[in-house]
Amino acid sequence: MEEKQIVCINCPLGCRITVTMDGNEIKKIEGNTCKRGEVYARQEVLSPVRVITAVLPVEGSPVPVSVKTAAPIPKNKIFECMAEMGKTSLKAPIHMGDVIVPNILGTGVNVVATKSVG
Amino acid sequence: MAAYGIDVDILIVGAGPAGLAAAVAAKETGIDNLVVLEREDHPGGILRQCIHNGFGLHRYNEELTGPEYAQRDIDKAEALGIDIRCGTTVLSVEADHTVTAVSTARGLETYKAKAIIMAMGCRERPRGAIGIPGARSAGIYTAGTAQKFVNLEGFMPGKRIVILGSGDIGLIMARRMTLQGAKVLACVELMPYSSGLKRNIVQCLDDYGIPLYLSHTVTNIEGGDRLTGVTVAKVDEHRMPIPGSEIHFDCDTLLLSVGLIPENELSNQAGLEISPFTSGPVVNDVFESSVPGIFACGNVLHVHDLVDYVSQESTEAGKAAAEYIRRESFNGKTVAVQDGNGVRGTVPQKILLDEDKKVNLMFRPSGVFEKAQAIVTQGDTVLVKKRAQIFTPGEMVVIPLDTTKLAGEDPVKVSIEKV
Repeated sequence: MEEKQIVCINCPLGCRITVTMDGNEIKKIEGNTCKRGEVYARQEVLSPVRVITAVLPVEGSPVPVSVKTAAPIPKNKIFECMAEMGKTSLKAPIHMGDVIVPNILGTGVNVVATKSVG
Repeated sequence: MAAYGIDVDILIVGAGPAGLAAAVAAKETGIDNLVVLEREDHPGGILRQCIHNGFGLHRYNEELTGPEYAQRDIDKAEALGIDIRCGTTVLSVEADHTVTAVSTARGLETYKAKAIIMAMGCRERPRGAIGIPGARSAGIYTAGTAQKFVNLEGFMPGKRIVILGSGDIGLIMARRMTLQGAKVLACVELMPYSSGLKRNIVQCLDDYGIPLYLSHTVTNIEGGDRLTGVTVAKVDEHRMPIPGSEIHFDCDTLLLSVGLIPENELSNQAGLEISPFTSGPVVNDVFESSVPGIFACGNVLHVHDLVDYVSQESTEAGKAAAEYIRRESFNGKTVAVQDGNGVRGTVPQKILLDEDKKVNLMFRPSGVFEKAQAIVTQGDTVLVKKRAQIFTPGEMVVIPLDTTKLAGEDPVKVSIEKV
């Protein structure tokens, strides 16, 4: 049996979760204070994911637009995701919630604007 | 003051998350003659530049970015027809509820308010306040200034970065700078523990392999016109650099994330009593300061970790200001709340004994305590206990106190003890 210590990142409370593993099988999850914590711990030991946020330049706007992946993507694709977002050329106006990159890297997740510019 | 002052029921200073939540709450209780004065050109406060996710889980049960969280409050305020006057700098607040403000649009104005809510937020501690020796080169910024450059203006402040201090904004900026293409060489923390949230250590440093040097500090800054490097050294238990432990980093940028201070110049001017522990006004449980009818909420009162709690606190303050106008005062007996062992800056500092209610006692641990409990006592009586695996100064503790448990007017003490 192996114990993995995880800090939950679902919310800023940062619960400290202990996952007891037997090989690739999860035996016990302790220390979470909500259901999301358990789901996260399971995910984090098996295949970790992150929401990525960034700012991108917008033609016709003096200020950049902030964006996020609408759902978490695999942690090992973070830099690839940044590079892919960097290829977009955007034009004002952009509205909060607009899809900036659909289905980024084939993850099924859209990159969306988190503010309106222009 | 001027007899031609503009009469309002409630005047709110600041349209960040605190001011907006207070305004919405006051308006919803039926206060119509309400004005919010905001120095910046847009409402939303610091959330506008906090483009990362993690806001709103407690309040909305979903994870938002800063701009999205702010927009919800702005939309609510607009739907209620709340008068937010941006580009307006408040010059003075006086104890008699006179407020002077100036704006390009309307010039100099004097307001006379029945109640005032202070919601000015906080500011970062600058280089001058921490006394680092060395060159005064360009390339030294507070983390929040760098955040504004990158996220609002679209400029990168540098390519090779060292961060001094492990406050949350510094940690968030370590990740942001890395994602936007810079190399973050180190995060250096004077204390043996981080003052930031654990989640940010994990998500912003560990995820990107950025080393955190605890019990270290910057002992020299090198450079001419532009920063070229910094020297970092380990410190002993008295926080003094240990000779021979120096590490040199070639870098072009040093970011400072060394603490936030409530911005209380206006409160001082108005004669509000300020706590030396929170650096914010001393308040009772309805967030009324030592001057009747002047309330304070959000980071101007005490620095929070979570905007959700700012909104919650400010909603209470907004309702209370409305209630103050109806009652014309919150007079009555109070019980003092004091800091005991291991506790620093409990808010509120007083509880009104006017009715039975639940009061959230909020404080920061003065150090790291493992397997401990926070305990609220009155005399020898234990009123409430809260156990935790760990208490750290980086995470505010909230303990709900049921006031029906209070007996008499003896002070209440909040402490942390080992289990």
